[in-house]
Amino acid sequence: MIWSKHSISSPSRTDARLAGWLSIAAGLAAAVLVLIVLFLLHESWPVLNRIGWLRFLTDAAWHPSEGLFGLAPMLWATLASSTGALVLAGGLGVASALFCRFYAPPSAARPYRRMVTLLAGIPSVVFGLWGLTVLVPLIARWQPPGASLLAGILILTLMILPTVALTADAALAAVPKAYLHGAAALGMSRSGTILRVVLPAARSGIIAGLLLAAGRALGETMAVLMVAGNVVQTPHSLFDPVRTLTANIALEMDYATGEHRAGLFVSGLVLSGMIILLAVAALRFGGARSHV
Amino acid sequence: MFEAGRFAMVRGRVLEPLMTLAVWGSALLVAGAFLWLVGDLLWHGAERLSWAFLSSSPLNAGRTGGIGPILVSTLLILGVAVAAAVPLGLATAVLLTEFLRPRSRFGRLVGLSLDVLAGVPSIVFGLFGNAFFSVFLGLGFSILSGGLTLACMVLPILIRTAEASLRAVPDDWRLGSAALGLSRTAALRHILLPAASSGLVAGLLLGVGRAMAETAALIFTSGYVDRMPSSLFDSGRALSVHIYDLSMNVAGGDGNAYASALVLIGLLILINGTALYLAEHWLNRRIIAP
Repeated sequence: MIWSKHSISSPSRTDARLAGWLSIAAGLAAAVLVLIVLFLLHESWPVLNRIGWLRFLTDAAWHPSEGLFGLAPMLWATLASSTGALVLAGGLGVASALFCRFYAPPSAARPYRRMVTLLAGIPSVVFGLWGLTVLVPLIARWQPPGASLLAGILILTLMILPTVALTADAALAAVPKAYLHGAAALGMSRSGTILRVVLPAARSGIIAGLLLAAGRALGETMAVLMVAGNVVQTPHSLFDPVRTLTANIALEMDYATGEHRAGLFVSGLVLSGMIILLAVAALRFGGARSHV
Repeated sequence: MFEAGRFAMVRGRVLEPLMTLAVWGSALLVAGAFLWLVGDLLWHGAERLSWAFLSSSPLNAGRTGGIGPILVSTLLILGVAVAAAVPLGLATAVLLTEFLRPRSRFGRLVGLSLDVLAGVPSIVFGLFGNAFFSVFLGLGFSILSGGLTLACMVLPILIRTAEASLRAVPDDWRLGSAALGLSRTAALRHILLPAASSGLVAGLLLGVGRAMAETAALIFTSGYVDRMPSSLFDSGRALSVHIYDLSMNVAGGDGNAYASALVLIGLLILINGTALYLAEHWLNRRIIAP
């Protein structure tokens, strides 16, 4: 890092050659993203070129073989499940972080944090398996058929909760101790300190975590696919089976050809657009990184 | 004034216990859900775990038999991903930390593209992998396509962790090696990379863990075939895809799905735990060394 300003002597030839090779590798790494965008556009071009963007929103239904490409019901399903999960996980996650920092006795805080880390490491297909064999039958006993928007929301909540809890925990840890001492000196109660001092101070970090979690929820495929029922319809109640955009890609990619396949790539494009916007917003907001 | 003060006091008297209740309630709810999930996995899966399960082939579409070929496919897919992503990732990280000025345009461009890449959902990597590796490059549904797709997916995490561990090596060491007349190449090989090694390995393990948990990117790149693969051009079913297929498409496959899930989680805990240990160990050394 220090050398990079300028070296007094001329750089050795091996160094120059190494720098050349490294630049090629870095160029390749950066090219992966360009390649992805190019291929998504290339594959979706046949149908985009013929019918344009708007028909994907205005068509009455999703019947690609009959030339109907309405993504709207699945877009609603994606938004509904992600919003529901974000509300639940937001509340529970921030409460979990508060629990670790302010409420739990030290002997409980450490194992609790470890548990949340473990929860973060459970793969989505395992959440799906559990949801399918435990949660769905449970909901079905109450409101058949069970595989529903509600099941999707609950599973997604469990999945994104660690993201919210861990980023909120880090944000709470970064609140200057002086603020806490000040609040204590003013005789503020614990709830007052949390609501008036700590949460406002940690706000941007918490919001960045929520944005990251929203991105994960929108992009999640397997868990939702396994529990949400996969009927293409606009959800009208929590107990309607729904199919999200991601699930639609995973379910139909196997046999899709021609314009049908192109339509699936369009939904991939739409999805990536939404999530990349969220990720960039999260970076701008709190410097939270989605990959660490 | 007096009224307002009393109001605040009453509110405080209600709010304080209410908040305590909400926070403890949430924490217990989360812990309960976690224990329920883990308990369920152990309850349904543990009885089927055995050496025979790990080593034998799946029979009857996976309802009976084991997961031997599936473990082999999973390892091969991960091997391909690591072989492709590590040289590229390490080289990029070295360039970003050791050769480029901190605010150079190329460096920022690479950084931005990595951040965006990290946000791309896994199903989109699956779409891309299918279109590029399977169809465009003609690799078909194969272990190679699946592994390369995963390599693209874990590239950001590899590069960012490698960058962080290289940056954590104190600048004095760079100055010292320059004063001794070492070329940067020699300094990297003999001093910087060894000093950053535990951080580098920790990052690698995190990437492997991420790749291992992945399902959506593999369904239409490495495919469903559950036979023992005979080459990298064969389709091979990863463990996560096996769990998905057993629970969704095979009636009566739940038992083996649970056992496979238990194996998957066990492996992940091992990998992530080692990564965490190495990362902490590396931090300790970072504090002692300078």
